[in-house]
Amino acid sequence: MPNDTKILNGASHRSLLSKQDAHTQKRNSAEKRFRIYGMVALSIGVLFLIFLFASILRSGLPAFTQTVVNVEFVVSQEEFNKAESKMLKTKAYQDIFVAALNAELEKRNVEIAYDKKTIERIVGKPGGTIRSYFTEDPSRVGRLAAFELTASSRVDGYFNGRVTRESLVDSRFLKAVDLDLVDALHASGIIRQAFNWNFITGTDSGVDNPGGAGLGASVIGSFFMMLVVLFLSLPIGVAASIYLEEFAPKNRWTDFIEVNISNLAAVPSIVFGILGLAVFIQFAGLPQSAPLVGGLVLTLMTLPTIIISTRASLAAVPPSIRDAALGVGASKMQSVFHHVLPLAMPGILTGTIIGLAQALGETAPLLLIGMVGFVAREYPDGFMSGFTDANSAMPAQIYTWASRADPGFYEKAWGGIIILLLFLITMNAIAIILRRRFERRW
Amino acid sequence: MSLLNLATSALALSAFCVTTAAARDQVQIAGSSTVLPYASIVAEAFGENFDFPTPVVESGGSSSGLKRFCEGVGENTIDIANASRAIREKEIKACAEAGVTEIIEVRIGYDGIVFASQIDGPAYSAFQPVDIFNALGAKVLVDGAIVENPHQQWSDFNTQLPAADIMAFIPGTKHGTREVFEDKVLLKGCEVTGAMEAMMAAGMSEDDAEDACLDVRQDGRSVDIDGDYTETLARIDANPNGVGIFGLAFFENNQDKLKVATMGGVAPSTETISTGQYPVSRPLFFYIKKAHLGVIPGLKEFASFFIADEISGPDGPLSDYGLVADPDLAITQATVSNETAMGSN
Repeated sequence: MPNDTKILNGASHRSLLSKQDAHTQKRNSAEKRFRIYGMVALSIGVLFLIFLFASILRSGLPAFTQTVVNVEFVVSQEEFNKAESKMLKTKAYQDIFVAALNAELEKRNVEIAYDKKTIERIVGKPGGTIRSYFTEDPSRVGRLAAFELTASSRVDGYFNGRVTRESLVDSRFLKAVDLDLVDALHASGIIRQAFNWNFITGTDSGVDNPGGAGLGASVIGSFFMMLVVLFLSLPIGVAASIYLEEFAPKNRWTDFIEVNISNLAAVPSIVFGILGLAVFIQFAGLPQSAPLVGGLVLTLMTLPTIIISTRASLAAVPPSIRDAALGVGASKMQSVFHHVLPLAMPGILTGTIIGLAQALGETAPLLLIGMVGFVAREYPDGFMSGFTDANSAMPAQIYTWASRADPGFYEKAWGGIIILLLFLITMNAIAIILRRRFERRW
Repeated sequence: MSLLNLATSALALSAFCVTTAAARDQVQIAGSSTVLPYASIVAEAFGENFDFPTPVVESGGSSSGLKRFCEGVGENTIDIANASRAIREKEIKACAEAGVTEIIEVRIGYDGIVFASQIDGPAYSAFQPVDIFNALGAKVLVDGAIVENPHQQWSDFNTQLPAADIMAFIPGTKHGTREVFEDKVLLKGCEVTGAMEAMMAAGMSEDDAEDACLDVRQDGRSVDIDGDYTETLARIDANPNGVGIFGLAFFENNQDKLKVATMGGVAPSTETISTGQYPVSRPLFFYIKKAHLGVIPGLKEFASFFIADEISGPDGPLSDYGLVADPDLAITQATVSNETAMGSN
């Protein structure tokens, strides 16, 4: 349009129509200004998004690599028995590992001064990994085993750029001179960086062992919670909406219920946590820290979202469909279940997935039902115990990591955010695809 | 009607879950966020070294942990409460009313409370309890009179300290750390400056004067932190003049960002805390519900493991992380192995 005006303005025969009077000019420039405001608002939004993603990726990507120490050694039957007879067995295995690394260094004639303490500061806490390797299959005892074990948090930080020689303050965790040995080990290939599969598949670890921390168990916890949410909130939500939208008489009662559903959607999620603690744990006696309880609490939180979106999509189905069904002799219920509901399904599914995504990212209610802390340590034994065994959830795990002292865990928290975001993006993408494919326009 | 079927099967499923959940096979712990790191180290090691499942350790603060501990006896209550202060009479009474009559107190070691600031910030290098009281007390003694705290900069009352705006981040009241801070720093400073005497001279009873000493100024120069030390660290990061209160272990883990001030002329370290030279330290505890021993599998084993020499001793992983080992660990070990409840000896 603006181009047209220009051509007309440039023409020799100016008509009244093409000449802009003061009022039109004012309107046009108002529109132009509004467009600029819009562009500015949009670019601020995009800028924030870029900034957010950049900082998440910058802080979180190091969590996906882990500095590992490669070493091969044999644990003899005698050493195995001796280690197993101790109270703190993992420490005994760790000592065997340190001794093996020490022997390897001696064999290679490393010229840097070091002692056993130096090696202890460089390696992480791999005792548990070594022990489970041998206890899983005792025939491995006495055979040469190649291990890739985590380095300590600060050595890992040195390779990630979090720790530099300048910023490192000598402490019992790591001394600046130790880095000479680390460099030598790196040059000879004993220490290298590897993709951190354990971060994706592993479980939470103690605060002195950031290298062993993984999100896997809490992903499973989130999965079981979402299962509970899906199987409770979808049927309840859809049934409630169908009744309210199609069958319920319009009177003061249904109005009252309607207003309350909208109110519930706006209730802060922590309130549902308090409710969950009082009703599900203290009154009904369900186990603490269980994904079942977490799922029940999140169901309460998600229900209003699902009911509101389901009612909107039911209302969007034109009345002619219902009339046609009723006209050929269908009962009210047949018209709803055979015609209206299938047509509303894409909208219902979209609403459900968005509700689930919202529930997936929720931490506050989980604080009160015991899912935040050192919880996600073990995978559930089976499908049923997945609902009742103590477990955490992804956002709760991220929150826990962010509050730990070791900076290595801070990195893990950002890495966890990346994984959580991937899940959310996938869920939202599924919602969009469903809507695009099945949505009918009238 | 498939939806209805789905709904009923989901309900049946959850009902089934409830019945399978009848027996808890895992130790449940909650409480102090100061003890949480140590408890999580021990819980991880316990799971790795024993055939019992790894205990669940939740955070929340000493008071909220003890409150949950005192909710009653049974599988849906916690077995152990972590606390960075000793249990109060009031709490013991609340416990007894709910049926938790026998409680075993376990002291795991000591923790130092340090005053740290941004590594590049003003030179807060030496504090006395008096300085902290003068900076943060609600009412202080100026020229012989008790007045609302007028100090804006540290140099206003002590020329040795930098001329920087007073800004402090102290633990909120739900933290056990707050109590130690009040007792060992604020109250001490109040007594030494003579503010307490002046308050009593003005007609206050001793108890009232003590309470008044512990009041912290409310004009925004002292900020209560209800979260963890990471929150305090973030506030210090954003505030070059800020002084924060941390646990020794947290400070040691973040020495590249923080510098620590001496208190009463002594630098905090495991050594100065274990000898008692460093004035601001406190014992850390956990409390076991005796009624749960023998019912919850692994509870007694976990408690004995926690305080074993290999774990809580001077060379164990806990002191490696920053806990100051208890010289009287043997007594605590005997308490646990004999299951001696509080007040029964």
